[in-house]
Amino acid sequence: MKFAKVFAAVLLLLFAVTLTPSAAEDTIKFGAILSVTGPASFLGAPESKTLEMLAEEINAKGGIKGKKVELIIKDSMGKPENAVSFAKQLIEEDKVLAIIGPSTSGETMAIKNLLEEAKTILLSCAAAEVIVDPVAKYVFKTPQKDSFAVRKIYMEMKKMGISKIGVAAGNTGFGKAGKEQLEKIAPEFGIDILISEVYDKSATDLTAVVTKLKAADVQAVVNWSIVPAQSIIAKNMRQIGMTVPLFQSHGFGNIKYVEAAGPAAEGIIFPAGRLLVVNVLPEENSQKPVLAKYKSDYESKFQEDASTFGGHAYDAFMILAKAVETAGTDTEKVRDAIESTKGFVGTGGVFNFSAEDHNGLDINAFDMLTVKDGKFTLLTN
Amino acid sequence: MSAELFFQYLVAGVTYGIIYSIVAIGFNIIYNTTGIINFAQGEFVMLGGMTAVTLNGFMPLPAAIVVAVLVTMAIGALVEIVFIRWLVNPSVLRMIIITIGLSILIREIALHVWDEKVRALPYFTGTSVSSIEVGGVHISPQVLWVIGVCTVIVIILNFFFSCTSMGRQMRACSDNRNAARLCGISARNMVTLSFVLSAGIGALAGCVVSPITYVQYDSGTGLAIKGFTVAILGGLGNSMAAVAAGILLGVLESFSIWVMPTAFKDALSISILLIILFARPSGLFGSREVFSMKEF
Amino acid sequence: MDRSKYIPVLVLTAVVISVQAITAAMGKGFYLTQLTMSAYYSLLIVGLCLLMGYAGQISLGHAGFFAIGGYISAFLTTFDLTPYQTGRLVSFRADTGLLQARQDLYGGHLLTLHPWSACLLAVLVAVTIASVIGGPVLKLKGHYLAMAPLGFGIIVYAIVLATPLFGEADGLSDVPPFELLPGLSISGKLSLRVQNYYIAWVLVIATIILLQNLVHSRVGRALRSIHGAEDAANAMGVDTAQYKLKTFVLSAAFAAIAGVCLTHYNGGIGPSEASIMKSVRYVAIVAIGGMANLWGALVMGSLLNFFSLRGYFGSFDDAVFGTILIVIMLFSPEGLLRMEIVRALSGLFRRGSAEEEAS
Repeated sequence: MKFAKVFAAVLLLLFAVTLTPSAAEDTIKFGAILSVTGPASFLGAPESKTLEMLAEEINAKGGIKGKKVELIIKDSMGKPENAVSFAKQLIEEDKVLAIIGPSTSGETMAIKNLLEEAKTILLSCAAAEVIVDPVAKYVFKTPQKDSFAVRKIYMEMKKMGISKIGVAAGNTGFGKAGKEQLEKIAPEFGIDILISEVYDKSATDLTAVVTKLKAADVQAVVNWSIVPAQSIIAKNMRQIGMTVPLFQSHGFGNIKYVEAAGPAAEGIIFPAGRLLVVNVLPEENSQKPVLAKYKSDYESKFQEDASTFGGHAYDAFMILAKAVETAGTDTEKVRDAIESTKGFVGTGGVFNFSAEDHNGLDINAFDMLTVKDGKFTLLTN
Repeated sequence: MSAELFFQYLVAGVTYGIIYSIVAIGFNIIYNTTGIINFAQGEFVMLGGMTAVTLNGFMPLPAAIVVAVLVTMAIGALVEIVFIRWLVNPSVLRMIIITIGLSILIREIALHVWDEKVRALPYFTGTSVSSIEVGGVHISPQVLWVIGVCTVIVIILNFFFSCTSMGRQMRACSDNRNAARLCGISARNMVTLSFVLSAGIGALAGCVVSPITYVQYDSGTGLAIKGFTVAILGGLGNSMAAVAAGILLGVLESFSIWVMPTAFKDALSISILLIILFARPSGLFGSREVFSMKEF
Repeated sequence: MDRSKYIPVLVLTAVVISVQAITAAMGKGFYLTQLTMSAYYSLLIVGLCLLMGYAGQISLGHAGFFAIGGYISAFLTTFDLTPYQTGRLVSFRADTGLLQARQDLYGGHLLTLHPWSACLLAVLVAVTIASVIGGPVLKLKGHYLAMAPLGFGIIVYAIVLATPLFGEADGLSDVPPFELLPGLSISGKLSLRVQNYYIAWVLVIATIILLQNLVHSRVGRALRSIHGAEDAANAMGVDTAQYKLKTFVLSAAFAAIAGVCLTHYNGGIGPSEASIMKSVRYVAIVAIGGMANLWGALVMGSLLNFFSLRGYFGSFDDAVFGTILIVIMLFSPEGLLRMEIVRALSGLFRRGSAEEEAS
């Protein structure tokens, strides 16, 4: 029974500690649930850095309409159960105006219904199509749709006369969503997927997988995965002497991966937002100033390369900030303002939201890029 | 399956297998002198790779590797002295939990010292695309480096344990700790030495495999699980058997990809382990008599 | 029977009620969300405590059983049977009330298994698996015993991560509320928070009463004798293998029930619930609470999970558990609540009849 007493004492102590009064009001609260650490940290870490940078920047300018932005970032470590707990905290305790994130599709799906019921705005940084299909009134997302990336790839293949392909995907939410779209859309373009392989995300050597692809006699390989597998597959393909074109997903968006793959990365073709090729974009491109500013701000502040993932958080934050500027801090009005955002130039493309489209991007958000002499460049035919 | 494909799978399998074996050897060295399974062994591999990558920014590759191995050995000694050395007759359960805790701790420290990014050393010879073609089978030169280093490690270890005084002392501690102590051998120092040795081997392995597998703060865990699997498959404590078991498991995994989705590869190798555990806990190559005498 | 052993249960009940009352009075009702979640984790943890502390068996695979419970019930309650409606098996089930038709948030109609039948099936699967692997696993000793459940956990993780029906890396979402009785359901809806808090803690209290009776019965004495000296217990005619197996199966069943409940509460489950780190975390909590100490495990289980779920540890979540694990094992392998300092502290409260804790 002494333990029961200790239990009681500890619980009381706990409440003494946690029931501290909350800070003064008159700020606009933005919540964020991101996988800053854990298996999806390659998404969450740049996203969280980007948000911190933007909040600092906007507050230095005096905030939005004279109100400072208070950013509350929660590290979910990529776990849906944490995302659920944090989402409830942000909604009820911190009473945030909107939540940015989560970074992964699994977490976003875990809290989608919750946000819808609580009538709180969610701007997801995850890619999966199901997030905005069916459309939930309060749920938006900023990354380009996987299906557009797939279509871009297939359009390129048609041009190159490729019709028999092999698909490899990592066992992450990203790989899964990509593989589904690849399989779904292939018939539209008359493309045959001869073989489709899923491998472990932390696989250290994929020779056996690429050997299987080689044996299937494909004309091209599409790989849909994250680091490090996307570099490993490029290396292993070249090592076993496969010379067919390798297409990667829009997740291949960081020059570091090219460096990691070394010469093997040469000639990889992939769809991506324009952040990676901002230097070679024509001057008249409307995205160029936005991209150049984000890239130089991020890189000078954090001493690392900007990635397209951080860009998703940039878009989410800026769309939200703009909506608050026009509509104030009433949730319903902000939601309507986001939904009626047109022609917003972000890092991922030009956003045109509507009641049916809570992503707002079209296929033009992507360009086909390739790797030449260790650098990203636009694919020109 | 054509002969060419068959050999390509075989080469891939041997590559996996050798990597697993080097980790398993690290497990065995500590197990032999202490009876402890050091679950943080995978973290030594990670530390070696990460340190070498960082150092490679300041010094040439061979120097970076040497320093990284030395640094990791020092960390190995530190871990043993701080966490293990002063425990009096710890139970197996306690040691398992402590080393698991250590592995988590080292991993998390690495996350905050470095970051979440993936790193790699450059290829020792050639580049990522160079390969040596033998009868239609392509082999990366780095694979030869891995095989070579593993062979050297096994030869040196065998020599060390059978021909040097220190190696004999370590073996004596493993056979009978009290008797060894009575003969004037410092059992405690031998335990520290075994941690230093296995940390060094792990770090060296981490450097050699990093161009192939890359290294990240959490890459130790997966390697440790595979290495432990191999160590048990071969029979705990037997380094030669670990190499054989490692290659066997690697080849099995490699060929399993041919018949079933790759995603189930890990489930397969662990299932094999469980079957072996249930049916023949002394391992594939271990002797049942010796096994039954061990006190764990 | 010694009636004093019910006093802690009464205290726990009082604490549960007063926590709800205090939070409600202070307008901080939202704490109940994480307290509910940690209550479900505590179900697993007290079960594991029985296995580790009383039967002396470590299991680094209990997240696997949790995931089996959660995933099976999530799958069965979200998998739409409408296309199979005409099949004989499905129509038979519909007649017997085993199915449930519902509408999702976006107006789609679904016909799925009723959560009750899904729950029973999920627990049954977990119990069956535990019985099948339990026999050979528990014959092992030392490192091999530690490795076997760990391997089992890895296999479960690999399977849920590789199976499209289980949502692969995304896990399963849109899991409906679990209607226990009309008007009483496990659901994450904010309006049902208080109700769910009590459902969860009533479950915990019931479990604690059950386990406490168990450890004070013949079975409990047998279990302790296994922990102390297995050979001697065997020689005295205690069928140690049977007792160990039953404990293993029982703890697996609790893990599965915890999985089912939390999955309905969260409205989904992801592969992270099956990961090795989760299993390690459960073992850490039992170790901190004191191996053979149900109350210690319960206190630590609810506290640490509460802190973790509220995000107090930030990016150091795993590091905190790693550190706690090492520190406890180095300095107080019998657990934190067994340390002399706590003993002295609680001695201040003690009124004499606390011998039952002295095991």
